[in-house]
Amino acid sequence: MSTHGIKVTVDGVTYERAVEPRLLLADFLRHTLGLTGTHVGCEHGVCGACTVLVDGDSVRSCLLFAVQANGAHVETVESLGTIGDMNVLQEAFHEHHALQCGFCTPGMLMTATDLMRKYLLASDEDIREGLSGNLCRCTGYEHIVRAVRAAVERAKDAAP
Amino acid sequence: MKPAAFDYVVAESIDAAVAALAAADGEAKILAGGQSLVPMLNFRLLRPTVLVDINRIPDLAFIEERPDDITIGALTRHYRLETSPIIAKHLPVIAEAMRHVAHLAIRNRGTIGGSLSHADPAAELPMLALLLDATLHVASSAGSSMVSARDFFLGPLAVDLAGDAMVTRITIPKLPPATGWGFGEVARRSGDFALAAATATLTSRDGMIAEARIAMTGIDETAKRASEAEALLNGRKLTNDLFEAAIAAVRAGVNPPTDLHASSDYRRHLVGVLAGRALADAWRRAGGEKP
Repeated sequence: MSTHGIKVTVDGVTYERAVEPRLLLADFLRHTLGLTGTHVGCEHGVCGACTVLVDGDSVRSCLLFAVQANGAHVETVESLGTIGDMNVLQEAFHEHHALQCGFCTPGMLMTATDLMRKYLLASDEDIREGLSGNLCRCTGYEHIVRAVRAAVERAKDAAP
Repeated sequence: MKPAAFDYVVAESIDAAVAALAAADGEAKILAGGQSLVPMLNFRLLRPTVLVDINRIPDLAFIEERPDDITIGALTRHYRLETSPIIAKHLPVIAEAMRHVAHLAIRNRGTIGGSLSHADPAAELPMLALLLDATLHVASSAGSSMVSARDFFLGPLAVDLAGDAMVTRITIPKLPPATGWGFGEVARRSGDFALAAATATLTSRDGMIAEARIAMTGIDETAKRASEAEALLNGRKLTNDLFEAAIAAVRAGVNPPTDLHASSDYRRHLVGVLAGRALADAWRRAGGEKP
């Protein structure tokens, strides 16, 4: 099977690799690059755990082939912050106990990042609808919604 | 790896895409948004030998306004339809419906050409194409052609599209003056495929219904128009009796599937309720008097 050379920027670092066309972006991130922050759940676009940003838009990295990301900028959960320096959304997840096992969290964070950029999220219903494509089997979602609400409010306060 | 192996071709033009499809002799698939295709590849329900990626064809994603109609490039993503000012102004029913299509991450990738060509029997875009009398422009080895939405959808996941053909753009007439619209959908969870959905436009003239259009999805092998109900409404004054008769005709004209999500009877009942709401909203927006 022929491979294709690709050049992809992930979290600010540019990588050049040869990939088989059928390699999913999620597996490219985890197995080829060793960036295991992105989690893989259902592998058919239902659970949202593998959500990353490609050129600024949230996408499911199990529904995109790595070869399609040639030339693209990919942002994963690892770009948001570090344990010592979390971003607003991560802080809110921490404060509001928005995770238990943490498996869905990378997808939740990347989805919420795109939601906050594109929608007003004026009501909790808007937040619930925005997150409805991301499955969490621990929290019952209540604390996740609260965390996103808190992050939205904080971002609003910070805006001039 | 999840999918079976395939060769990958990046098409730089519509001609190149058609040539790659023709060269694969029916064994190729077009990769557009991939939001329906890639799950089927991951499950190995499909094993195409070639994927023709059309995402890098220039000028295939656009929304263009002309005096009487709107033309939408096949690679236009759902999120763009949801947020386009041109769509909001001239075809607001599309913007409303897009919010019911899956989730943001899916809408960021999914395309209008892909959704129409995939023709899921519960998807919104085939229903909208039927409602709005859309024309699909198709490119193939034989040249370019046009097909009306009414003739395009043949069955579940089956459309009138040859193995070497691709949809390139979709032309939709603007809503006529004094025309209102409505849309209603019920799904088990937000973003799921519709159990049933209905949408309508009503054009009012001198207090009468000049033209009624009703389309439905989730209720048969393909999305369809409620032709019998439309015929009842056309040229008449909207009364409560006529309204009820139209809803009865909507229900009589569908053949919904039973599956683990809902029974056929439930879907038949539901599509009547949703068509009624869509008609009521359409009449209100058309400036019609309450019956």
